[in-house]
Amino acid sequence: MMYRAALSALLSHWLRHKVQLASLLLGLALATALWSGVQAINAQARDSYDRAAAVLGQDRFARLTAADGVVAQADYVALRRAGWPVSPMIEGRLRLGEDTWRVLGIDPVTAPKGVAPAGMRASAADFAAFIRPPGLAFGAPETVAALGDQPGLPPLRGLEGALPGLLIMDIGIAQALLNMPDQLTALVLPPEVGAGLPPVQTIASGLVLTAPRAGGDIARLTDSFHLNLTAFGLLSFAVGLFIVHAAIGLGFEQRRPIFRTLRALGLPLAALCLLLAVEVALLALVAGVIGVALGYGVAAALLPDVAATLRGLYGAEVAGALTLSPAWWLGGIGIALVGAAAAAAQSLWRLWHMPILAPAQPRAWARASARARVLQMLVAAVLGIAALALARWGQGIVAGFALLGVMLLGAALALPSLLAALLAGAARLARRPLPQWFWADTRQQLPGLSLALMALMLALAANIGVGTMVASFRLTFTGWLDQRLTSELYIRAETEDQAVQLRDWLTQRADAVLPIWSVERPVLGAPVRIYGIADHQAYRDNWPLIAAAPGVWAALADGSGVLVNEQLARRQNLWPGATLALPGKAGLRVVGVYSDYGNPQGQVMIGVDLLTTLFPDVPRLRHAVRIAPDKAAALAREVRAAFDLPADNVTDQAAIKAFSLGVFERTFTVTAALNVLTLGVAGLALLLSLLTLAQMRLPQLAPVWALGLTRAQLARLELLRALMLSALVLVLAVPVGLALAWALLEVVNVAAFGWQLPMHVFPADWLRLGALALLAGGLAALWPAIRLARMAPADLVKVFAHER
Amino acid sequence: MSARLAVLLTLIWVSLAQAQGFAGLGSGGDGFATPRRGHVLSFPVDHGAHPDFRIEWWYLTANLTGADGRDYGVQWTLFRTALSPQDGPGWSSPQIWFAHAGLTTPDRHFAAERAARGGIGQAGVTADPFEAWIDDWQMAGPDLSNLSVHAAGTGFTYTLDLVADGPLTLHGDRGYSVKSETGQASYYYSQPGYAVQGTLSLPEGPVQVTGQAWLDREWSSQPLAADQSGWDWVSLHFDDGTKLMGFQLRQGSGAFTSGTWIGADGVAQPLANGALQMAPLSWHKVAGRKLPVSWAVRLPEHGIDVTIDAVNPDAWMGVTPPYWEGPVRISGAQSGRGYLEMTGY
Repeated sequence: MMYRAALSALLSHWLRHKVQLASLLLGLALATALWSGVQAINAQARDSYDRAAAVLGQDRFARLTAADGVVAQADYVALRRAGWPVSPMIEGRLRLGEDTWRVLGIDPVTAPKGVAPAGMRASAADFAAFIRPPGLAFGAPETVAALGDQPGLPPLRGLEGALPGLLIMDIGIAQALLNMPDQLTALVLPPEVGAGLPPVQTIASGLVLTAPRAGGDIARLTDSFHLNLTAFGLLSFAVGLFIVHAAIGLGFEQRRPIFRTLRALGLPLAALCLLLAVEVALLALVAGVIGVALGYGVAAALLPDVAATLRGLYGAEVAGALTLSPAWWLGGIGIALVGAAAAAAQSLWRLWHMPILAPAQPRAWARASARARVLQMLVAAVLGIAALALARWGQGIVAGFALLGVMLLGAALALPSLLAALLAGAARLARRPLPQWFWADTRQQLPGLSLALMALMLALAANIGVGTMVASFRLTFTGWLDQRLTSELYIRAETEDQAVQLRDWLTQRADAVLPIWSVERPVLGAPVRIYGIADHQAYRDNWPLIAAAPGVWAALADGSGVLVNEQLARRQNLWPGATLALPGKAGLRVVGVYSDYGNPQGQVMIGVDLLTTLFPDVPRLRHAVRIAPDKAAALAREVRAAFDLPADNVTDQAAIKAFSLGVFERTFTVTAALNVLTLGVAGLALLLSLLTLAQMRLPQLAPVWALGLTRAQLARLELLRALMLSALVLVLAVPVGLALAWALLEVVNVAAFGWQLPMHVFPADWLRLGALALLAGGLAALWPAIRLARMAPADLVKVFAHER
Repeated sequence: MSARLAVLLTLIWVSLAQAQGFAGLGSGGDGFATPRRGHVLSFPVDHGAHPDFRIEWWYLTANLTGADGRDYGVQWTLFRTALSPQDGPGWSSPQIWFAHAGLTTPDRHFAAERAARGGIGQAGVTADPFEAWIDDWQMAGPDLSNLSVHAAGTGFTYTLDLVADGPLTLHGDRGYSVKSETGQASYYYSQPGYAVQGTLSLPEGPVQVTGQAWLDREWSSQPLAADQSGWDWVSLHFDDGTKLMGFQLRQGSGAFTSGTWIGADGVAQPLANGALQMAPLSWHKVAGRKLPVSWAVRLPEHGIDVTIDAVNPDAWMGVTPPYWEGPVRISGAQSGRGYLEMTGY
């Protein structure tokens, strides 16, 4: 009975402070939402990768592959005839219009059980149709629908659970479709291989055995992207917890009289703490449910962009619809409970140690001991050294994120000491009593505000860092696009015959007609697009080379040299001086490396003559046309009319640029969205901290009021203080943000995407962000200030009479 | 030998019937060639594959004696089936190859299988020089009279050298062999008289063996009659040098029988329906089924009245599809050895 009365007394607080309740729930829900939203996206993507790996059997079957990616069919037959129970597989990408589809060819006769997806097995009746031309291709229902009756493809059949964008067909049909006659990309081994077989190397040299692994290549490739998302999710969650901490702290502070009364009425301390813990748990449960629902919304809203990014950057197919497991829902609610517990721990701990009838001294805890601050500063210094070490010697994506982590944490921990030092300096400079009181009072408030200020700094630094990274990238990218898109028009013929006529027709009218012909072939174990380029001044003048050997263009023209893109160069350590083997020709000299942003795959450029020699059946449809810019539009109209080309087949430079930039912006939509949300959460945290303090600081303000300062003056000072603190935090956040940007550009980007970018600094953006930070700080302080300005004088007077 | 037709057809029939549509499968109207009475087989060309026929096989069974004095049996079979009479290059070839290998000892039985697509060199048959192969299994000449045979599976390997000095036996009407009262037929000939020596590799170690082997060649395009439920087939080497190939097709309560008597001089005489009598003597349970592993075989017109007993009653081929195939001992009025195959139990 007593417990019920006590609980209702405790809970009645929230009914009287609805805004506080709302902000507590909101903070916890937001933190949970961002965290579980990111988790949902990652889970969805991982699920897609696992299914992809399962489709290829990579998760269960060992495989033999060649360093150059192509396994000769003759090697397959030779291995079979030596007794190796291998099964052939071919995998490649098929470009149809603007879309790329993944094609997987299997041999149903030799494939180990489980290589083909479930559901295909049932249709034994289709066996002959499957292997005999025109064949039969299985794909996810949405893939089949998207392809419609695209000409040139085998008849399509829907297969539930298949990966989007993937077509599974017979090996022979796939070879023809991918234009890879007598070529395979992997040989799959069943789980058990008999003993006594001759070594693979003696039969087919150059084949490498890979053990089965879950997730497969795509999971490895995209790890960095997901780590990135997880890091942001964690940051948002941490910032969200600052709000919860502030709200719970406020709720506890304001209820000190109730606690005292309840204790005085005989409620044991343990029971009180238990009741409060139950209360926090109940609130966390409600917030968790809201948060998980919101998280679902966040994930659903961001998933299309994430899927587009993953497809664009890594060629990874992620299903666009969310399918979430009960574990995810429970996990989200669990993280809300854990977060609330962490945020409430300090308040409960203090309550536990409070003397029974302590004349509530809410300011006491705020006077953080100098010792604690020294400790914080020491930890911050250690973290700073660790960050330096990681920046100097760290390698790879994990080190990159560890660097980001220690840097941010160190900066956050150092913040209170730095602010305290700055304020102490200011106080020494102040001569008149009011400024002296202002600085001293600010310093005294610092411990209570420092958590919120840390959150603000983290949010600001993340904003500056990520903003700088994205803006640097954008600047480099647009410059690179300008450089690389040297031609005015890009024209694709419908057929080879038309292409021949088109070249004739264009040669008479344009300054130059440059072929853009390419094939995709495995090089060094991964699919690589091989372009053939004509020997033309346009390339010599404009092509964005980041490393070049002397005579690069001549070597390219005479077929002895290749250019590789930066990704491939970094991945395989192929810089000028190295040699590279392409399918059909070994010993090509690497004569240059060019930057190639926004492309996850390796790319190689060779002379167009070498391309047509090595791959005689390369499609010769696409061409770049150089012409005086003012004549381009007219030529585009003419060529469309003369050859009856669809509008899509003739694009000008501007359209391609716009498209590329669109893809670029989309890639960073998720980052930007998380960034804004984090800043919003930090602002909310500050508001709640100020509200908490405003309540507690009345005993400090009342004497100043009694000394003659008006309530309006006091309110203005409060507002000014918040603005000043926000500005100081911003100033301190700028170097942290720049360090973050540096780490992102120099370490994380190189590891994650394979390209290095020059860093550009955008002070104008900081001004905008500064305004935003001041706005957040000002808005957060506005309400407490207005309340102070409107406070009844009687309340202030009461401070002197009140026993607290 | 038509039992093998049944084996093969049950393997592929459902898919064929549906993939090919319903265009007159029994009549050959689906584009496959059909056997014709009076057609003259020509060698060595006909040792090779006949891709215009739907099904074909190279079927070797050997009765062997080890240096340890024990009886052994070896089976090596390559099947070809065509999904379509239109050939194509590479993977588009409609030819599918299957192979079964068996090795029987008095107390053990080993079986293995292989499958491969035609058109890419993984499996095939050439007539001259003769070679039949799938993966690492092969049966290669210079010619059909001088073969080396190899197969391997879990727990066993065998490598045998075969030499034949007798003539080929053409079954039925000069190789045109009728399979049912309704007229289904195949081309069918054998080399029944190989002398064998070689090595079996068993988990216990290698065993040198010698003995005799029998090769069957058969191809056709026609399915069996719907009421034919299973087959019992024997190839028997009598100690006096005569040989008998015979089979009965179980049909309702009765049976259609056929076969060929081969004199010691190698002259073959086809047997009319009903001339051969086969009756089960004792049954044995293997792989969850009951099969007759001991038979009374009578051929009164040649004075044959014998009992045949499985060397190992558990000679079950647990492959796709499963069947019983193993060596037998002949006792009674004549003695000798042979092979027994039973399907549809």
